[in-house]
Amino acid sequence: MAYRLGLDIGSTTLKAVVTDEVGNILYKSYERHMSRVREMALEKLKELGGLLDGMPIKAAITGSAGLGLADSAGVDFVQEVFATAGGVKRLYPKTDVVIELGGEDAKIIFLQGAMEERMNSTCAGGTGAFIDQMASLLNITVDRLDELSLQHTDIYPIASRCGVFAKTDIQPLINQGARKENIAASIYQAVVDQTIAGLAQGRPITGKVLFLGGPLAFSKGLRERFIQTLGLDEADAVFPDIAQYFVALGAAIYADGLEKEYEYQSLLTAFERAAQVHEQVEGLEPLFADRSAYDAFVSRHAKASVEQADIATYCGRAHLGIDAGSTTTKITLIDDSKRILYTYYAPNLGNPLKIVRAQLEEIYRLCGDRITIASSAVTGYGEELIKNAFNIDFGLVETVAHYRAARHFNPEADFIIDIGGQDIKCFEIRDGAVASVMLNEACSSGCGSFIETFAKSLGYPVSEFAALALESRNPVDLGTRCTVFMNSSVKQAQKNGATVADISAGLAISVVKNAIYKVIRARNADELGKHIVVQGGTFLNDAVLRSFEMLMGRNVVRPAIAGLMGAYGAALHAMDHAKAVSTIATAQQVAAFTHQSKFVTCNLCTNHCSLTVNVFENGNKFISGNRCERPVRGVAGRDLPNLYQFKRNHLTSLRGIPGPRGKIGLPLVLNMYENLPFWHAFFTKLGFETVVSGISTRALYAKGQHTIASDTVCYPAKLVHGHMKTLEEQGVKTVFYPCMTYNFDEGSSDNCFHCPVVAYYPESVNANMTFESGMRLLYPYLSLNHPKQFAKKIHAYMNEQFGGISKREVNAAVKAGYQAYHAYKKAVADEGKRALEYAQKNGLKTIVLAGRPYHIDPEINHGIDQLISTLGFVLVCEDSVAELGKYKRVNVLNQWTYHARMYRAATLTATLPDTQLVQLVSFGCGIDAVTSDEVRDLLRSAGKLYTQIKIDEINNLGAVKIRLRSLLAAMEDKNKDEKEESTRG
Amino acid sequence: MVEETPYVKFTPEMKKTHTILVPMMLPVHFSLIIPFLQDAGYRVEVLTTTHQGVIDEGLKNTHNDICYPCMLVIGQMIDALKSGRYDIEKTALMITQTGGGCRASNYISLLRKALKNSGFGNVPVLSLNISGLEKDSSLQFTLPLLIKTSFALMYGDMLMWLNNQCRPYEKRSGDTKAVLDKWVEGLGRQFHSLDFLHVRKNYREMLADFDGINRDKTPKIKVGIVGEIYMKYAPLGNNCLEEFLIGEGAEPVVSGVMDFLLYCLSNAETDYKLYGILKPGTILAKIGTWYLRKRQRQMIRAITEHGVFVPPTPFSRLTELVEGYIGRGTKMGEGWLLTAEMLELLDSGVNNIVCTQPFGCLPNHIVAKGMIRKIKDRHPYANIMPIDYDPSATRINQENRLKLMLANARLSVKESDVQQTERVGEEAFALR
Repeated sequence: MAYRLGLDIGSTTLKAVVTDEVGNILYKSYERHMSRVREMALEKLKELGGLLDGMPIKAAITGSAGLGLADSAGVDFVQEVFATAGGVKRLYPKTDVVIELGGEDAKIIFLQGAMEERMNSTCAGGTGAFIDQMASLLNITVDRLDELSLQHTDIYPIASRCGVFAKTDIQPLINQGARKENIAASIYQAVVDQTIAGLAQGRPITGKVLFLGGPLAFSKGLRERFIQTLGLDEADAVFPDIAQYFVALGAAIYADGLEKEYEYQSLLTAFERAAQVHEQVEGLEPLFADRSAYDAFVSRHAKASVEQADIATYCGRAHLGIDAGSTTTKITLIDDSKRILYTYYAPNLGNPLKIVRAQLEEIYRLCGDRITIASSAVTGYGEELIKNAFNIDFGLVETVAHYRAARHFNPEADFIIDIGGQDIKCFEIRDGAVASVMLNEACSSGCGSFIETFAKSLGYPVSEFAALALESRNPVDLGTRCTVFMNSSVKQAQKNGATVADISAGLAISVVKNAIYKVIRARNADELGKHIVVQGGTFLNDAVLRSFEMLMGRNVVRPAIAGLMGAYGAALHAMDHAKAVSTIATAQQVAAFTHQSKFVTCNLCTNHCSLTVNVFENGNKFISGNRCERPVRGVAGRDLPNLYQFKRNHLTSLRGIPGPRGKIGLPLVLNMYENLPFWHAFFTKLGFETVVSGISTRALYAKGQHTIASDTVCYPAKLVHGHMKTLEEQGVKTVFYPCMTYNFDEGSSDNCFHCPVVAYYPESVNANMTFESGMRLLYPYLSLNHPKQFAKKIHAYMNEQFGGISKREVNAAVKAGYQAYHAYKKAVADEGKRALEYAQKNGLKTIVLAGRPYHIDPEINHGIDQLISTLGFVLVCEDSVAELGKYKRVNVLNQWTYHARMYRAATLTATLPDTQLVQLVSFGCGIDAVTSDEVRDLLRSAGKLYTQIKIDEINNLGAVKIRLRSLLAAMEDKNKDEKEESTRG
Repeated sequence: MVEETPYVKFTPEMKKTHTILVPMMLPVHFSLIIPFLQDAGYRVEVLTTTHQGVIDEGLKNTHNDICYPCMLVIGQMIDALKSGRYDIEKTALMITQTGGGCRASNYISLLRKALKNSGFGNVPVLSLNISGLEKDSSLQFTLPLLIKTSFALMYGDMLMWLNNQCRPYEKRSGDTKAVLDKWVEGLGRQFHSLDFLHVRKNYREMLADFDGINRDKTPKIKVGIVGEIYMKYAPLGNNCLEEFLIGEGAEPVVSGVMDFLLYCLSNAETDYKLYGILKPGTILAKIGTWYLRKRQRQMIRAITEHGVFVPPTPFSRLTELVEGYIGRGTKMGEGWLLTAEMLELLDSGVNNIVCTQPFGCLPNHIVAKGMIRKIKDRHPYANIMPIDYDPSATRINQENRLKLMLANARLSVKESDVQQTERVGEEAFALR
C-alpha cells in the first residue's frame, strides 16, 4: 500500500496532491513558484515529510515547467493534458468536454466519440497570466476583478485573438472612463471567445462540460461567461472543488499505474540532486563586463538633464504639459526659460481624469499667487478627454510632442525611439520634420508594461527587478515575436534553472530586439541616424537602455526625463504657442470638477459603435469610442469623395430578383468582394435570385467563430464562417463560393494568382462547417481569366448541379457577368479619377488607402476610411487609381493581381502632390511580408512617406489615429517648408 | 523612382571560379547530388550551420512576417558569407524556386534584396527550378544532369525510407548510420560513371545491407511526419524532429520527395482539366510524370519483392485517397498533397501524425489545419498534432505537444493490446 504523489508544475504555479492508495486526497496545495521551480519542489517535498515519511510512495510529475525537474530527479513525467484526460475518465466518466485554463495554456479535451485534445497554439497563449495582467492594468486584485465582473451591465467587444490584442482594446476603454464592472466582464468574455475560437475548431462544445484549472476555480465571473456563451444548463456545467489541483491529481492517479515505489528519503535525495542541477544554456553576453563599465555608463547618461527651478520661490509665467498616456499620466510645468518647476509621473490607475484633477489642484496650490499658468497643452491617448474636461489650450499628436522635446536635448536629433507602457514609437526626422512614424503593431506590443507585470508576477518591484538585470552574467535569450512567446521562453529558461537576474536581463534585451527587428526593422545603426534620442518610461530601466546601445553598437542620448518627454514636449509646445490668457480650468473649476460617464450604442450607422459619453462639470460633453463624426456632430462631416464608401454602396445595391430557378447565396467575402458584380449578373440572368450575406459585423463573426480551423489565419478569412451561417439563417439552400487559383490578368504582373487563402478558403469552409438546414455549398474551381474556357466549364458545371440549362442561356449569362464586372471596374476607375480631380480643384489632401478588395468591409477595416474622411482627406482605393499608375517592374516576383494594383497605385502616388499612400495589412497576411517593403521602397524613393496600418479583430483606432494625424502634421510641415522655400526663392 | 534592381547573374564562366553555397534541406539526397554537380562543373557546398547566428541574420535580413524557411535559408546564407570562410568575390548562392502562387517563389527575390542590403550585392544567385524561371541565372539542367538528379532523388528517397525503418530498431547504436554512409559514398562514386543506372542491382544490395543490420523485432510506435516541405525535411527547420522521435522510442515515417515532384508536375494537367489552360509545359509535365511514376513503381516493387520492409505508397494511390477531402486544384505550397499524405499514413496504419508548418503558413491554413476536422471525422483514431515553427517558438512548447501526441499513441497501443477499446484510459491509469 503506497501513497501517490502528483506534482503539477505549470508556468506560474506549483500544485501538489497526495492521495492514499484508494484515492482519498490527503493533501493538496496551490502556490505560485516565482520561477524557483526546483527549489520550490524540494521545499514542498520537505514540507510533506511528516505525511510521507515511512510510507512507500509512487510519484509522477506533470506540467510544462516540470519536465526538466523530472528528468534530473529521475521521476516519471506525464504530459499534462494526458494526465488530465486520464483523471477525468476516472473521476468524471460522464464528461463530454473538458475545458482547462492554466496560467498560460488553454486546453480543450473532447472525450466522447473520437477523443481529441487541443492545446492553444503558440500565438494565442495567456489566459490566467492574461487575467493577472489585466487586473494589474486596472490596478485591482484578481478577486476584485471577479467581484466587479458579476455586476456588469454591458459587454464591450474586445479582440480575442490573443492577450496582447485584447489589452490594446481594453486600454482605451479604461482611458475613456468606461465602468470597471463592464471592463472586467468584457475581459472574461475575451478569454471565453479566445478559448472557443482557438480550440473548438468546428467541434461543438455540448453535453456535460467539466471546467478545470486555477482561473476557473477562482473566478465566478469567468464561469458565468462560459456558461452563458456556451448556452449550458446548470447541471451540465461542472465545476469541481478540486479544479485547480486537478492536473496534479491526474498525475497522482497516473502514478498509481506505475511500478516504481520510492521511500521518502530516496525521493528527497533525488529532488535535492535535481535542485542542484543548473543546466548550462547558451546565454547572451552580460550587459556590463564589470563595475567600471557600469559607472562609465551612468556618468555618461547623467549629462542629459534639464535645469530645475524651485516652484516654491519662482514668480512669473508657467506652461503646463500633460501627457495622458495609455498606462501612465505624465505632467510637467516649466517656466519661461524651459526650466522644470514641477513633474509628475505615475500610473493612471485606469482613471486619468481623477489623477489629472488631483494634480491640477496640487499645482494650483503650489503656484499660489506667484505663478500663473500662461498656457497648457495635452497629448497622448487621453488627449481629447483631458482637453475637454479641463479646457486645455492645445491638443497635439504625440509624435509632434516627442519630437519637440527631443529637439530640446539635441537639435540635430534625426531619430527618436520611444518605448512606453504599451507601445513603441519611432520617428525619423528629416529636414526638421517628422518624416516617418513607425509604431509597433498590436502583435509585438507589450513592451514596458510587460516587464512591469512580469516583475510583479515574480514578486519584485519593477525597479528592483531591473537592477537585478545589471548583475546578470548569463542573460537568457527569450526571443522576439511577442509577449506571449516570451512567456513560454521564460518557461524554458525556468526549466533550465535560469536566475531571476538572467530572466530580467533577457526581458530587457528582448524588448529592445523587438523594437529594432520588428518596429524599426533596422539592420544597423547607420540606417537609423547619427543622433539617436531614446525616451519613454521603459528606457529609464538601465538594462533596456544598455541593451539598446549594445545591439545598436552606438551610444545614444537618454534625457534624464526620459519618461516625461511627451509632457515636456507638450509644455514647450504650449509655450511656443501661448496666447495672452490660457483657457485652462481655474482652481475653483478644478475643485468643483465632476464628471459622469455613460455607455450608449450609436445607431447612426451600421457600425453601431459602443460610445462612452462623458459629461463634465463645465458642460463639455466628450464622446469616445466613435469612428466617425456623426455622433459628435449629428451628421456626417463634409461629404468628401471616399472610394471605399463608393464601392460599398455599389456592392450593397446589388439586389436579387426573384426568378424561376430559386435562390442562390453569395457570401460577401474574400474573392466575392471583387467578383460580386460578375456573379450577381450571371445568376440573375440565369433566373436565380441572388441572396448576398452583406457587410460583416461583429455579431456575424461570433456566429461562425467556433468553426474556424486555424486560429492564425487572417481576419477576413475568419469572417467567412459567419457569412455562411448568415446565409443559412436567411433560408438559403444553395451557396455558391468558388475556389479561384487565378485572378484576372490585368497585364501588370508576372503572374495573376490569388493568395492561397483567397484562392482556396471554400475548401476550409466545406471541411469544417456542417449545416443543419442541409444547405449545400457549391465551390467549383473556376478561372474568369479565360472567358471562352470559362463559358464551357461553367456550362458543364451548372448542368451537373442544376440540370437543364442550355448553352445559350449560359453564354448569355456569362456575357452579362463580364459586362457587369467591367462596368463596375470602370465606375470605380471613373470615380477614382473624379476624386483626384476634386482634391486638386479644392486644394485637399488625398490618401490612397491601399489594401485588397475585401478591405472595404467596415468590420475588417474598422472604419478607418471614415476616420480618414473625418480628418479631411479625399480617399481613393488602390484599384480605382491603379490604371493611372505606370506598371513598372518591382524587385520581387510580382505574382498576385491584387498586389500588383498596389504597386501601381504606389507609383501613381509618387507622382501626385499632396497625396500619400497608406497600406492596410491584415494580421497574418504573409503576402504582405513580401509586398509591403516593395511598396515602401517605391514611395520612399520618390520622397513620399510610407504608412502601414495592421488590422485584425482589434477595434481600437487609437494607434491608427496617431499615425494618421502624424501623417497629416508631416504633410502640413512639408507644405509649409515648400511655401517658405518658394517665397525665399 | 525605383528601377528594377539589376542583380548579378551567374554566368557560365563563374562555374570555373565560384563556389556555390546551398542551404541544407534533405541531408541524404543532397549528399548524393553534390558529387555529380561537381562533375558537371558546379562547385557546390552545402551549408549545415545551425548556430544562433543563422536565426539572428535571418531576423535582421527578412521581413518579420515572412515564413520561417525563408528566414532560415536567407539567414544561413548571409551568416556564411559573413563567417569569413568564403572568398566573397568567388562565392555564389543557389536557392530553389517552385513557381507557384505561394510566397516560396519569392525567396530568391528576397534573398537578392537581403544580399544587397547587407553589402553582398555582388554575390550572384542561381535559381534551381524546373519551371523555366530565371533562365539567365539558373542551374542549367542538361538532360544527363536531369536524369542523374532524378536517380539521385529516387535513391535518396529509398535510403531515407530504409534508414527510418532501421535506425529506431538497431541493437548496436551506429550500425544503420554505417550502412547509410556506405551507400551515400558508394552511390556518389557510381554517379561518376554510368553505374548508377543499375537500379535493380543497387536496390537489391541496399535492401540486403539494411536487412543485415541487427535489429530489435518489437514494433515501435510509428509517427508520420508531413508538412511544408522545408519544415518536413530540414533538421534545422524542425529542430531535428526525426532524431527527437527516435529518441522517444518511435519510428518516424517520412515519405520521399518524389511525391512532391510528381505533385508539382501533375498540377499542369489539373489546370488543363479545370480551367482549360494549356501551357507549353503541359506535355513535358505529362512525360515527366510518366517517367517518375515508373521510377517510383520500380522502387516499390523492389521493396515488396524483398519482403522485409514496408514499401512506400505509389503516387496514384495518393490521388485516389484525397478524393472527397480536398480538390486537386488546390495547388499552392504543398497543396492537396499534404492532405493526401496524412490520408496515406492513416491508410497504411500510421495513426500518429506530426504536421509541421512555419507559423502563419498560408496554404496550410487550408490544406493542413483546415483538413484535420474532416480527416478526424472519418478516421476517429487519427492522432494528428500540428506544430508551428518560427524563430521564437520554443522547443519546450513543441516537445510538450509531441509528448502529448506520443502519450496518446502509447495509450492506443495498450488499448488495442488488451482489446478493450471501450474502457478508454483505464489501463494507463490502473484500476484501484
